[in-house]
Amino acid sequence: MDVLTLLGQLLNSTLVFSTALIFTALGGIFSERSGVVNIGLEGLMIFGAFAAGVGTYYAQEAGMGAFAPWIGVLAAVIMGGLGALIHAVATITFKADQTISGIVINFLAAGLTVYIVKLLFDGSAETPLINVFHKVPIPFLRDIPIIGEGLFNAYPTTYLALILVVVIYFVLFKTPFGLRLRSVGEHPSAADTLGVNVTKMRYIGVLLSGMLGGIGGATITLTTTSTFAHNTISGQGFIAIAAMIFGKWNPLGAFGAAVFFGFSQAIRNYVQLFEWSRSIPQEFIFMIPYVLTIIVLVGAVGRSSAPSALGTPYDPSKR
Amino acid sequence: MSAEAPVVELKQITKRFPGVIANDSISLALRKGEIHALLGENGAGKSTLMNILFGLYQPDEGLIEMNGKPVTIDNPNKAIKLGIGMVHQHFKLVQPFTVTENIILGMEPKKGLNIDYKSASAQVAKLSEQYGLQVNANAKIQDISVGMQQRVEIMKILFRGADVLIFDEPTAVLTPQEIQELMEIMKRLVAEGKSIILITHKLKEIMDISDRVTIIRRGKVIDTVDTDKTNPQELAEKMVGRDVSFKVDKQEPQIGQPVLQLSQVTLKGKHGISVLNGLNLDVKAGEIVGIAGVDGNGQSELIEAITGLRKIDSGSIQLGGKEIANLPARKIIENGLSHIPEDRHKHGLVLDFSVSENMVLETYYKEPYSKRGFLDHKTIDEHAKALVEAFDVRTPSVETKARSLSGGNQQKAIIAREIDKNPDLLIAAQPTRGLDVGAIEFVHKQLIEQRDQGKAVLLVSFELDEIMNVSDRIAVIYEGRIVGEVLPQETNDQELGLMMSGSLERGGHSVG
Amino acid sequence: MDRLRKIFTMDSLVLPLVAIILGLLVGAVVMLVGGYNPLTAYGALIQRVIGNPYDFGETIRQITPLIFTGLAVAFAFRSGMFNIGADGQVLIGMTSATAVSLSLSSLPSAVVVPLAVIAGGLGGGLWAAIAGYLKAKRGINEVITTIMLNWTALYLSNYVIRHFFLLKGQNRSENIEASAAMTFLNDIFNNARIHWGTVVALLAAAFFFIYLWKTKQGYEMRSVGLNPNAAEYAGMNVGRNVVKAMFISGVFAGLAGTFEVLGVFHYQSVFAASPGYGFDGIAVALLGMNHPFGVVLGAILYGVLTYGAAGMSFGAGVPPEIIKIVIGSIIFFIAAQGIVKLIVKPLVLKRKKEKVL
Repeated sequence: MDVLTLLGQLLNSTLVFSTALIFTALGGIFSERSGVVNIGLEGLMIFGAFAAGVGTYYAQEAGMGAFAPWIGVLAAVIMGGLGALIHAVATITFKADQTISGIVINFLAAGLTVYIVKLLFDGSAETPLINVFHKVPIPFLRDIPIIGEGLFNAYPTTYLALILVVVIYFVLFKTPFGLRLRSVGEHPSAADTLGVNVTKMRYIGVLLSGMLGGIGGATITLTTTSTFAHNTISGQGFIAIAAMIFGKWNPLGAFGAAVFFGFSQAIRNYVQLFEWSRSIPQEFIFMIPYVLTIIVLVGAVGRSSAPSALGTPYDPSKR
Repeated sequence: MSAEAPVVELKQITKRFPGVIANDSISLALRKGEIHALLGENGAGKSTLMNILFGLYQPDEGLIEMNGKPVTIDNPNKAIKLGIGMVHQHFKLVQPFTVTENIILGMEPKKGLNIDYKSASAQVAKLSEQYGLQVNANAKIQDISVGMQQRVEIMKILFRGADVLIFDEPTAVLTPQEIQELMEIMKRLVAEGKSIILITHKLKEIMDISDRVTIIRRGKVIDTVDTDKTNPQELAEKMVGRDVSFKVDKQEPQIGQPVLQLSQVTLKGKHGISVLNGLNLDVKAGEIVGIAGVDGNGQSELIEAITGLRKIDSGSIQLGGKEIANLPARKIIENGLSHIPEDRHKHGLVLDFSVSENMVLETYYKEPYSKRGFLDHKTIDEHAKALVEAFDVRTPSVETKARSLSGGNQQKAIIAREIDKNPDLLIAAQPTRGLDVGAIEFVHKQLIEQRDQGKAVLLVSFELDEIMNVSDRIAVIYEGRIVGEVLPQETNDQELGLMMSGSLERGGHSVG
Repeated sequence: MDRLRKIFTMDSLVLPLVAIILGLLVGAVVMLVGGYNPLTAYGALIQRVIGNPYDFGETIRQITPLIFTGLAVAFAFRSGMFNIGADGQVLIGMTSATAVSLSLSSLPSAVVVPLAVIAGGLGGGLWAAIAGYLKAKRGINEVITTIMLNWTALYLSNYVIRHFFLLKGQNRSENIEASAAMTFLNDIFNNARIHWGTVVALLAAAFFFIYLWKTKQGYEMRSVGLNPNAAEYAGMNVGRNVVKAMFISGVFAGLAGTFEVLGVFHYQSVFAASPGYGFDGIAVALLGMNHPFGVVLGAILYGVLTYGAAGMSFGAGVPPEIIKIVIGSIIFFIAAQGIVKLIVKPLVLKRKKEKVL
């Protein structure tokens, strides 16, 4: 295979692996920018991946054909939102510890989804295989060498993710909503005294994180695995959290970090193709992204750009 | 009495919290165009009352009227709509946001879906001109001075069209000159038809600027008087409920050998800018040296340098003749340093530890509190009991968590711990912040007693009155340097203020 | 005695109990919705655990690593850190123990086992100390470093096993001869895999308690955990305590892995994905409210529920995943005490009113 084609393919599969991380990291940004730690993103992805598997299956049964995966995405948005609602009620209304609540979400998601799958599909631990998204080439652009194949022949969810990165950047930094959301994560009592409803903004932030995390999970079912099982999501939620922190809670930064993780995932399949790289134990290649993340963090300054009020429930009586 | 109805009238407001009545049937009328001072000690119920007016709390009983009509204010939004705005004591500003963003937050001008920053900046500029509030609209809050931040707070509420402005202890962190400027701004505001409630415990400000004063004590209104018909002594007695003398009783100091000597201390901050800039300072046995200065001129770094919490870049720090610069904090403590930190919750106590545990925070590893690596809880408890007794710390028991003590008693516990170590040098940073008059008197008495026993005492405070009353010598810090040393009996607020703002340098053997 | 009384105050005893009951109720509701009989299911669960000596012994086997990892997470938490990396520390501990055991396979078990235990503890401890060091020196959030270290540990362990100790043709290491099994109990427990790790785990819990609340080092660590600023002002070395606390935390986790290979499996697998010990540990620590004795109780609860879940599946046909829902709900109710208090309020809260201030 010639190197140029290979590069194009590598780029392409980088985007495939990145897509779920982009959605989920964007979700994390909404939640954490509003001041709520969301370590439950893994669980929210599970909810999404599950809903996508089940929703698409029934949409297919109902004869929706190629449109069925979109129903799956919609189901994932709803399911992710519901999962996040639990997190929101616990942490915002009942001021529960945000980290613990997130872990609970992970547990509930892992248990509930497989349980329901077994109920729905006669004890099978996996949803039936479903029709998934197909890559949609963009006319003309896809004919550009390397990047044409790499960037412009992707799944619709990938295009959606890329659009959302830009949209969410503008929402966060250019609109009144974004200003209010960030103010609530930085200094809730300042926002409160100016009439910004802290509770409402945080609910919105957490719910959006659930919906986006749900889509993130859905993309894995709908582009990679074609079915949902207990191991469909295994750690991607945590990687998305890392991407969010890595990207300094900024959509563009998180996008960059997600692509980096996606790339290191994708490159695994390609290193085997070369003589020289085969001599490196594969385990070390697998390790690269994680070790590199630590090294980059050592070089950068730790947590300085985290929202100041992150992790603290807002208690108006302590104003 | 004007025939016009008051802009705001609070009628028999009562607010209870579990175990306390914060406001007990309080009535207060704010006339249009007046500056109405609300005087009371910490914990008298001023803040609760204002939070009710601002919609943060709901009264249990009572009525609020505006311009003669009853209103319900159940959230800050409502208060804002009714034209009430509050300048909080602890500024409520989002640090990484710009001045403009802080001002428009919550009612952003829009262009399409986006914030219309152009029109926002224009509105901010217009306001700043109308009321003489100079600020840089595009600067981030974290980069501007405290005085500027306060102006942003004021502009926030003017931007929302407030007619009634509540100022909560607005001068606590300002220099005398900045206070003067604030007074001018307040006069300009009332001239433009605004009405102001000024919450304070500083009598001088009240005499200077207010039209009337309402004094509250323990949740009750004691009196409302016209300012020109009263005097500070009368106000003070009404506030505290007994005779108070503002003069701190003390003997002439018996000054001994230098205990703390700093020479040419330089310390660079985050961006390589010097926060301590060749600082020289001596504190001798038997004297209290007060550091006067505006917040952010190197006071915290000075203390951190002496206590070993931050490394200095050059210079020398000697404690009892021994070089202690850049030694670990524990070594310095063992060399005879005690420190009453500025922020008692953050630095002074482990709030979730018991009083007992807090009392050995610096000595737990020594005999008799530890033996062969194990803590001796019995001895620790006994030690705490003795200290609680001696310093009158009000606590149900020594096993009570420090968190549940009142601010005054927390401070007493820290002072007890620090004095009990029998130090050569005692550093007290803002030791009376947030305390009521009784506790303040207690703290001052303790500092003077230490000095009378021949200890060196370094007092850092933003309250000029405290510096003037307690110190034997005053050193003024400005931009990381001691720019003047004066004796309290030979100076005045005006002169100190000029030095604090860097406009005057004066005397002192150790300057430069 | 005072201490004991304080630990078992109303709040710390009643709330978890109510939370457990509520969690079981949630599970019951989910079962009812799914068309199962919760009573039969829970009955089958209990039956599985206490039904015969073998399963009872195996439940103890299941509980043991949970105590270790629960202690690991709780210990770090008490010192102000969230150790989400017990998973990786378990693996490194396991790998160290395997490496030592297989390298010294010519020596007698009585020599190898102690050495392997030391290696496993040290391995886990040092691995965790990396995160502690990075936090102390560079201020890097330990949550992200420990997540990254989990993956790194997974691949590192696999590399070591595959390249040095692989059993030909299998996806696991050679057999480890040295054993920490309590073979003398085989008759009582019908050959269930009971091992010395259980005893060590209980000793570790006791050590946790004594170290943290009775020694001056523990006092220092708790100060750092509760208020690092005040600790620093009081002259304590915060960074050193952070590293030390993570090290001790990692030792606990490393021992979990050590005894899994020495006491249970007698070989180490090449793992396709994280075996998840660490995440169980987080749950156990939360159930035990980060107290060592609570952790032991939490591990028992968690172990009984997860081991018994298989019984539910056989006995009542209920998918065992229901147990994750139950555990998640219990933790949820422990964390969101506001909700529990809302439910308990009419029952017990009347007396507590004056405590609010």
